[in-house]
Amino acid sequence: MSLAHRIIPCLDVDGGRVVKGIEFAGLRDMGDPAELAARYNREGADELVMLDISASVQGRGTFLETVRRVAEQLNIPLTAGGGIRTMEDGRAVLRAGADKVTVNTAAVKRPELLSELAQQFGAQAIVLSIDVKRKGNSWEPYTRGGRDATGMDAAEWAAKSVSLGAGEILLTSIDRDGTCSGFDCELTAKISETVSVPVIASGGANTFEDFFAVFTDGKADAALAASIFHMETHSIAALKKFLAERGVPVRLSR
Amino acid sequence: MKIAIVDYGAGNLPSVERALHKLGAETERAVVPEQLDSAKAIVLPGVGHFAAFVDGLRERNLTSSLRAAFDAGKPMLGICLGLQAMFASSDEAPGDPGLGFFPEKVCALPTNVKSPHIGWNQLRLVRPSKLLRGIAEDAYFYFAHSYAAPASAEFTVAACDHGFPFAAVIERQNLAAVQFHPEKSGETGAQALRNFVESVR
Repeated sequence: MSLAHRIIPCLDVDGGRVVKGIEFAGLRDMGDPAELAARYNREGADELVMLDISASVQGRGTFLETVRRVAEQLNIPLTAGGGIRTMEDGRAVLRAGADKVTVNTAAVKRPELLSELAQQFGAQAIVLSIDVKRKGNSWEPYTRGGRDATGMDAAEWAAKSVSLGAGEILLTSIDRDGTCSGFDCELTAKISETVSVPVIASGGANTFEDFFAVFTDGKADAALAASIFHMETHSIAALKKFLAERGVPVRLSR
Repeated sequence: MKIAIVDYGAGNLPSVERALHKLGAETERAVVPEQLDSAKAIVLPGVGHFAAFVDGLRERNLTSSLRAAFDAGKPMLGICLGLQAMFASSDEAPGDPGLGFFPEKVCALPTNVKSPHIGWNQLRLVRPSKLLRGIAEDAYFYFAHSYAAPASAEFTVAACDHGFPFAAVIERQNLAAVQFHPEKSGETGAQALRNFVESVR
């Protein structure tokens, strides 16, 4: 009996469509969010993350409508975010059917937002998203979809966010995002050992071995990927079977 | 047959509602005590903070109706914080009494494990369960919580381990309560909800 490592497909959503970029740029259309969500739900995904990558004020209503359409398809947890600036933004996403909300840029600007959200909705509903680039032996968080350097240290920021109320960390390596060169296991291990909450590794997933490495060397609690699932490079079932055979506890669908 | 879902002003109500509708159950959102009094069964869902939850129930005068329903043996299902609220108190809000159906205190998860306990975990059956009928013993359920009732609680039928053994499923006559989220636990969770809905019919 043990807690399973989670496999989480991610839907990057822009204008009601799923898109995917490489190193946070060069977007391609990947399909309808509700259709993809239904497929992943059926295929044994443990959870789904959807991010509003346009994160524009105009796009807000469209995104919430997409959250509603996706939530209808699921009987697994849904995390949604992108451009969450206020308590009301968070509430809107949760009311639309998400179980958890991710915060990134706004929490860097005003860390108290994490406490306010956690007080209102519980720490289990608050996911801090950190996008980082490697700087020698440490990692620097970037905001606004990888555009702005913060000058902070990823491990310090992660620890602070947890003390404020973040219940989970979604950790993305910008260097690896969409490159299919494997997760940054050093990064994930560093953050996972620093904080007391679960860490979701993101950026670079390609092979089954990448997932095995991030759950063992990388000490990740969950792993997130987009392209390889959207493009049906791998099925979730085959990935989980591979991991189970190597002793990684996963939830096998029956 | 109508199932009243307690609406205390926050929480995971829509997903619980949707999951019950998919099973063909008729539900209503209960905001006043009379709705609980007239309901055939009651679902008490909940996420967030223990104090906000029990205060929300008190502000809406729902506490005594829940107590009466419990005493009368009305079918009831508590989910996550809904389970925790059925206990006497919680470490999360020491000054705020719970519903007190069960005498134990809800405790914080220890610091030697990751908290919140988020993700899919398995159960250990302590005694036969009505709610888990038809579900494989090694099935996984989705959990998301930082506090839990001790597995030693008298009416525990299934336990889970995360830092310490805690009550994952409680059953006492027509009452059931689960620490996991059946509405988020795939087909396995749907089966548990189906068992509850069928026990009401």
